[in-house]
Amino acid sequence: MTAISRTGLNRRTLMAGAAAGVLAAPHVSRGQGKEPIKIGMPTVLSGRFTVVGDSARGAAGLAIDAFNAAGGLDGRMIELVARDDKARPDEAARVVRELLNADGCHLLISSSTTAGAFAIQEVVRETGHLCIQTISETSSLTADPKIRLPNVFRGARQVVHDAIAGASYAAKVAKERGLKKWMTNSPDFAYGRDATGQFVESLKKIAPDTTIIGEAWPKFMAPDYTESLTQVLTSKPDALFTAHSGGDIVAFMDQAKLYNIFDKVPMFTPNLADLTSIKQIKKLPPDVRSGTRYLATYPDTAANHDWHDAYVKRNGGEPSNWSWETAAGTAFLLEAIKKTKSIDGKVLAEALRGMTIDSPFGIGGKLTMRAEDQTLINYAIGWGSVLAEPPYLKNIQDTDWSEIFHYETEWKKSKGFI
Amino acid sequence: MNFDALIDCFSASACVVTQISSGLIIGMLIFMVASGVTLIFGVLGVVNFAHGALYMLGAYFALTAYWVTDSFTVAVLAGAIGTGLFGVVFERLFISRVYGADVLSQLLVCYAFVLILDDAVKAIWGGDFLSMGMPEAFALPPLMIAGGFVPPFYAFLTAFAVASAIALAALLGLTRFGKIVRAAAVNRQMVGVLGINTSLVYALIFGLGAALAGAAGALAAPVRSATPGMGFDILIESFIVTVIGGMGSIAGAFVGAILIGMIRAFGTVGFPLATEGVTFAMMAVVLLVKPAGLFGKAGR
Repeated sequence: MTAISRTGLNRRTLMAGAAAGVLAAPHVSRGQGKEPIKIGMPTVLSGRFTVVGDSARGAAGLAIDAFNAAGGLDGRMIELVARDDKARPDEAARVVRELLNADGCHLLISSSTTAGAFAIQEVVRETGHLCIQTISETSSLTADPKIRLPNVFRGARQVVHDAIAGASYAAKVAKERGLKKWMTNSPDFAYGRDATGQFVESLKKIAPDTTIIGEAWPKFMAPDYTESLTQVLTSKPDALFTAHSGGDIVAFMDQAKLYNIFDKVPMFTPNLADLTSIKQIKKLPPDVRSGTRYLATYPDTAANHDWHDAYVKRNGGEPSNWSWETAAGTAFLLEAIKKTKSIDGKVLAEALRGMTIDSPFGIGGKLTMRAEDQTLINYAIGWGSVLAEPPYLKNIQDTDWSEIFHYETEWKKSKGFI
Repeated sequence: MNFDALIDCFSASACVVTQISSGLIIGMLIFMVASGVTLIFGVLGVVNFAHGALYMLGAYFALTAYWVTDSFTVAVLAGAIGTGLFGVVFERLFISRVYGADVLSQLLVCYAFVLILDDAVKAIWGGDFLSMGMPEAFALPPLMIAGGFVPPFYAFLTAFAVASAIALAALLGLTRFGKIVRAAAVNRQMVGVLGINTSLVYALIFGLGAALAGAAGALAAPVRSATPGMGFDILIESFIVTVIGGMGSIAGAFVGAILIGMIRAFGTVGFPLATEGVTFAMMAVVLLVKPAGLFGKAGR
């Protein structure tokens, strides 16, 4: 026996200690560097809307990689901590608390769907953390002063903007074609109700001879639309509006094709011109009109093409509407961090209000975070006829943001928001 | 509520044909899944909460086979057989360990596999929704019957489901295997004492139930987007059907599925905002009036 064994140590203990030391070494060296800035991201990483989380993580990751490669914030790198909220509000609230309390996140990018976004809004109302909402497009999130918070900003598009843009375009087509009797078929949840209600309201203002002869509200993520499609057959509308999105609009159109519905009835939707949706439509009906969600060719600029290519290179798949929204929200947050050299929520919030940044997704290459309601404006929205092949949309009519502002103000007044 | 519209619909043959065909289509896919749920429960005594995930697997197997072969026939076979084989392995390795256990243990095992299969699908096929598109053979204008519209694909789907129901009834009612299955459902030990390999019978029954779910997924693939988690909705619907029809009754599942389909089809005309509520109300009424279900046997 050696002296080592007499002190209670043996060869096995020494080897275990050495192994532990080797394993711990990277953490020790990292601990000697600067503490990373942690950004928490509650999002959907399982179930039918996994594409939302994949899009959001891919887009935020791309922006954060570039930020870190440029040296971070005086050498402090940003670490994105994504957690699955399962597209459920209770889980979103729990996950956000975990990100803030257990993971020690300094800031939040909320890439939850609408239900989760509202739950997260209530958590950060208490905690005061700065949060950028990048997925929920439901207008009241930032338009309603009772819901809006000084520490929450929206980096996503907004339903009321899309509704006005869509109604303006639809009114022109309706006038040319004599489309007066409309039906709606949209998912029965906050976004679907909001998008459809505001489209109808705006359309009736712009084209007062419009009548709604039927409405169907299949549940969100419904697998089957047969009964509401046969309702279209029996009601015989001049045109149909739908706010289904993602896989739902693909299934809706696949099932509608069996009845040749859109051979006779033009369809209007804000949600089809998105690379992840349009590529799944195998045979496109002849008369489908859509707003732009995300297309590499709209805006048709080098900056947008480059962003698309960089996204595909990093993440493998095509970017979606949720990708550009999260990219925009993340870009605002990173710009504010760079500008203020701070991660203090109040300092960043002050910088974000009214901030304009260069962006591939903006009109004239610029996006603005409107100060009065802390929401994104001036993003590119166009409507046109959907094509089965690239560029996927033809005869695109750009939306005039002055028209959006005009009707948005009227809408806000009617709701008592201003 | 719009009862005038409902009366107008019943008085027009075009509307009646369109809505009845619509109800059949909705019901038959649910039946394909519910028949597996009720078969597995009736014989094995297991409430298979992972059945929706098997439907999802069927859709993905079919999609893959369709991409490779461009044949819808091969796709449906791949969906049914692939899922059936998976079901046999799943039963032998995991489900067989919870026979006779309480429902909570069965639920936990099944729910674990719902999550595992969702993640496996995401890892293999990705998280994006995928669409097969309509096979060329069915890309035809809808049939006009008495002024109503019936898409050829839906006519095929309904015929397939009805044929499956008849084949299943014949298998269980007219064959020796059916007699063994029915006997095993009543007393497994007695069947075992007679020298019959009951483990094999159980595995085959689970595989058959899984194959039915897989076939449903494959048949749905041309008209429903495939995504991880796509089995959840149809699982809920198939449980409603099973409760209404009676746990363990194939005939009950068939009738329950048609009832659900018709409520949704005609409900969309007369009470479009309340079809879901009426469906659940019907389930509640059945539970109150006949707790074993319309065709169920009390005490199961």
